[in-house]
Amino acid sequence: MGLVVGTRKGVFFLDGDEDRSVWTLSEPHFLGHVAQHVVLDPRNGTRLLAAMRTGHLGPTVFWSDDRGGSWNEATTPPAFHSGEELQRSLSAVFWLTPGHPDEPGVWFAGGSPQGLFTTADGGDTWVPVDGWNDHQMWPTWAEWPEQSTPDGSMLHSVIVDPRDAAHMYVGLSSGGVFETTDRGADWHPLNAGCEATFFPDPYPEFGHDPHCVRLHPAQPDRLYQQNHCGIYRMERPEGRWERIGRAMPTDVGDIGFPIELHPRDPDTAWVFPMDGTDVWPRTSPDGRPGVYVTRDAGGSWTRCDKGLPERAWFTVKRQAMTVDASDPVGVYFGTTSGDVWASSDEGRSWRCVAEHLPEIYSLEWA
Amino acid sequence: MAVRRRAPARDLLAGVGLRVRIPTPLRSYTNASVVDAVGSTVKELLADLDRLYPGIRFRVVDEQGRLRTHMKVFVGDEMTRDLTTAIVGVEEVTLMQALSGG
Repeated sequence: MGLVVGTRKGVFFLDGDEDRSVWTLSEPHFLGHVAQHVVLDPRNGTRLLAAMRTGHLGPTVFWSDDRGGSWNEATTPPAFHSGEELQRSLSAVFWLTPGHPDEPGVWFAGGSPQGLFTTADGGDTWVPVDGWNDHQMWPTWAEWPEQSTPDGSMLHSVIVDPRDAAHMYVGLSSGGVFETTDRGADWHPLNAGCEATFFPDPYPEFGHDPHCVRLHPAQPDRLYQQNHCGIYRMERPEGRWERIGRAMPTDVGDIGFPIELHPRDPDTAWVFPMDGTDVWPRTSPDGRPGVYVTRDAGGSWTRCDKGLPERAWFTVKRQAMTVDASDPVGVYFGTTSGDVWASSDEGRSWRCVAEHLPEIYSLEWA
Repeated sequence: MAVRRRAPARDLLAGVGLRVRIPTPLRSYTNASVVDAVGSTVKELLADLDRLYPGIRFRVVDEQGRLRTHMKVFVGDEMTRDLTTAIVGVEEVTLMQALSGG
């Protein structure tokens, strides 16, 4: 086991030994292709899906059952319906999520533009989720046809409730968090309490910019969100976001891309703050990288920077932080400058386990 | 790293008609820089290429039937982005993809 690294120039495997002390980097797979998200199926431990683009070619998905020994391209990659009224064309598969544990073979893919797609055969043939893509509010929620982020608007953070396959969440950058309780047939915004300070009304029903949303697997009524406007927690069924980032140091703030959860303790989460002031450099505040951890569900935060460089100017993207299931939990992040940092003691200390890779887009335990 | 491709839908030799020059980003589908295919329009030619090399068309043409940005087709020496362009009086078609990037 180890990490699978999706980068702007291909896929790498970074395998660790049992002690997570010795790491071995593979040769690149798909060198020169954009690997947006590469994810292992936790239900069978073998099926690996890779969301890929290649220069100016259309997007596609590859799958492998032998850890990249061989790859197969999806027979029918994710795409909008041909001839549809909005004439949408998928430019990127941005996010991959395995489906419910009782539905082996089911996966979901989020795209740019913000379409949702699903497969029932492990990623070989994909179809649009019509209830989302053709929802009468979709053009409004997705701000169509405006592309509100530099690389295009994207649908991410596809979450399937482990108790109920019909209950799902998605995040739109921009657009907000949305929920379905009927397997995607209908959707509604879920943004109460979340700020969108870039609007005249900072508490709109939708239009927010969630960067990363996570549901705690052991306490599925608890959601965490790293948003463009802070760090939040929500307890269901109430459905109101509480800005737990208010407890972060004021000189650091609570802006960032990723948020990762402890696999067993619902009160523990890690974030990687970035500079969201002025023109939004998105590098670490004051160029001083640090992971922050909460052990009390956001009531307080502790800085974890032992081993990290004193000054550095990279960004950690929303899919580029992950955890393993060990005890103590391993925490990992990849940087836009191509380094992978690992902690085998839940963030207390860090060391660089791979360097000089291409810009890292995603990091997953696999 | 190996990418397994689906088998061609028919005998390659049965499609002799036009020589199609394939840009490097698409050669993982064809394993060749020049292939044979048939079609009286660019649209028909791309459909035949997809029958021969499954998956290649969607990398070139989007789900609404539009040639993707920065893709061009040369019918003989004439550049076109119109898939209805007739292929008449030429023996060679070139698919071209810009390699702009960084």
